[in-house]
Amino acid sequence: MGREETSLRMEKTTGIEKITFKRQSQAKEIWRRFKKSKGAVFGLGMLTIILAVILLADVIAPYSLATRQNMSLKLAPPSWGHIFGCDGYGRDIFARVLHGGRTSLSIAVIATMTSCLLGSILGAVAGYFGKVIDSVICRALDIFMSVPDILFTMAVVVALGANFINLLVALTLAYFTNYVRLVRSQVLNLSELEYVEAARAGGASSARIIATHIIPNAMGVIIVNTTLNVAKIILYESTLSFLGLGMPPPAPEWGLMLAEARAFLRTSPHLLLFPAAAIVMSACSVNLIGDGLRDALDPHLKS
Amino acid sequence: MLENNGGILLNIEDLKVVYKTDLETVEAVNGISLTVMKGRTLGLVGETGAGKTTTALSILRLLPSTTGRIERGKIEFNGQDLLKLDENMMRVIRGNQIAMVFQDPMTSLNPVMTVGDQIAEAIELHNGKMPHEEVNRRVENILQMVGIMPQRRFEYPHQFSGGMKQRVVIAIALSCEPELLIADEPTTALDVTIQAQVLNMIKDLRDRLGTAMLLITHDLGIVAQICDDVAVMYAGEIIETGTVEDIFIGDWRHPYTAGLFNSLPDLRSQATRLKPIPGLMPDPSNLPNGCVFAPRCGNRMDICEKEHPKTVQKAQHRLSCHLYATGENPRRRDVT
Repeated sequence: MGREETSLRMEKTTGIEKITFKRQSQAKEIWRRFKKSKGAVFGLGMLTIILAVILLADVIAPYSLATRQNMSLKLAPPSWGHIFGCDGYGRDIFARVLHGGRTSLSIAVIATMTSCLLGSILGAVAGYFGKVIDSVICRALDIFMSVPDILFTMAVVVALGANFINLLVALTLAYFTNYVRLVRSQVLNLSELEYVEAARAGGASSARIIATHIIPNAMGVIIVNTTLNVAKIILYESTLSFLGLGMPPPAPEWGLMLAEARAFLRTSPHLLLFPAAAIVMSACSVNLIGDGLRDALDPHLKS
Repeated sequence: MLENNGGILLNIEDLKVVYKTDLETVEAVNGISLTVMKGRTLGLVGETGAGKTTTALSILRLLPSTTGRIERGKIEFNGQDLLKLDENMMRVIRGNQIAMVFQDPMTSLNPVMTVGDQIAEAIELHNGKMPHEEVNRRVENILQMVGIMPQRRFEYPHQFSGGMKQRVVIAIALSCEPELLIADEPTTALDVTIQAQVLNMIKDLRDRLGTAMLLITHDLGIVAQICDDVAVMYAGEIIETGTVEDIFIGDWRHPYTAGLFNSLPDLRSQATRLKPIPGLMPDPSNLPNGCVFAPRCGNRMDICEKEHPKTVQKAQHRLSCHLYATGENPRRRDVT
């Protein structure tokens, strides 16, 4: 408390310098707190490696390797030539895991983003405005939620046909409901708080209040939920592929690879091992990062 | 209200506010009228639940939209009826011309924004085209004015103590130099030593900026310290108004106001016990027919329970009590 009394003697510094100083320090601050969590750093490292490998897939192993069949190498165990071995059609599993990751991860990330965006906006609107708008959105949501997720996605994919865009649409529609409920409950809580009232008393518009006072405070919960969902969608999408509703063969895709590996499970478990490991590792790393981010973004935990 | 520093700023007439739920109708404010003059400070005094905060929220039109409703009345600000404005015009007034300081500084700041950003937001809201350097300069100025080092603008609310947070809240409220500042028990959540500091600061800033103020409080000490005029509120009604002198040393006194004074510890008296007002405020969903204070009043007469008292006036001093119904009664020494 002693510091305030000296305020009048403080030298004035120009605002511009301070802004740049602030931006830097805030990012640094979050990074500093993020670094403290070993799990989060591990997750980030793992995800970076996975992404790097997947992005460089064409350099490491050209796409043709992932689809070229070579029956003489059918079910070949891992060797120097094919480090993950080969599958039932003699295709290189390493190349298939790499290229499959592109589809799997991009679908997971994009579907999470779109469902989060759609759900958050609807949830915020429902929670903030209440009354009729809330009722309409919630009842519409009930309709979506009354159909089991897996059935819903399957129905959409079957109706629209299995391709990249339709998979995104199906997964978004299946998952946005979570966000609506989550964000709505957060907004209901937060809009009762005095600083929201204070912002309104200061003349802030509803859109501004939602954007600067409510959403940032709900961000921790949203981020954790999002990272959990990325993992979930990776698994989900694998499930769809496993059922034959994902990307059409011969495109490499993790879930599809699991489905194909099932036939050779007893004799050649390596067919299953590598794509499964890829799924587990990416899901895990995203979760770890999510936990770390939640702690890092919360200024209360700053120490 | 003796010396008008440039006329009426806020004029509330016959304001009635109710909270309606499915089960009951709570009459929170019952036909009150009050006036805030330019550059002067009106203290709105009363117990918890008397309707002080409801009055303040009505002025800004921030009553909870599902339950609160303004039944009748007029709220004129600079001659403009606020109740007739649409939401967009109200937004221009909120924060810019009428600002509000809330009771609890712990919860009235956004925990994930730095205090500097929050002050800047308030400035930018009403000065859309102001360049960033100018906004920053104003943020630093206003922080200095409320006695906080400008460097601390990069800190988050949880890094401030309660008193410092209230300074930030006041800085936000004053950032657009409003004509009227509504302070809803600004020092209630602070401890006594900090209360004095914050009060002095409010007083100082008010004088420097010439802001008129509506100060809501239950503390008569604060009223004596910084108010020019006083309105005493009880169960949704203003039962007595006047200048500070009228209320504190005038020869008329409403029995309720007398009760408030008797509940204060007095260093000069030898009394070992305080004399609180017996009983509780009436249920606002079920108000008595006659005088609202009658059930607790030590000077109750038959008429009090039947008839609502008329307002009697002497110069600036007005009160509603049957004891003074003739307008001639001397101050009753025996009021409790």
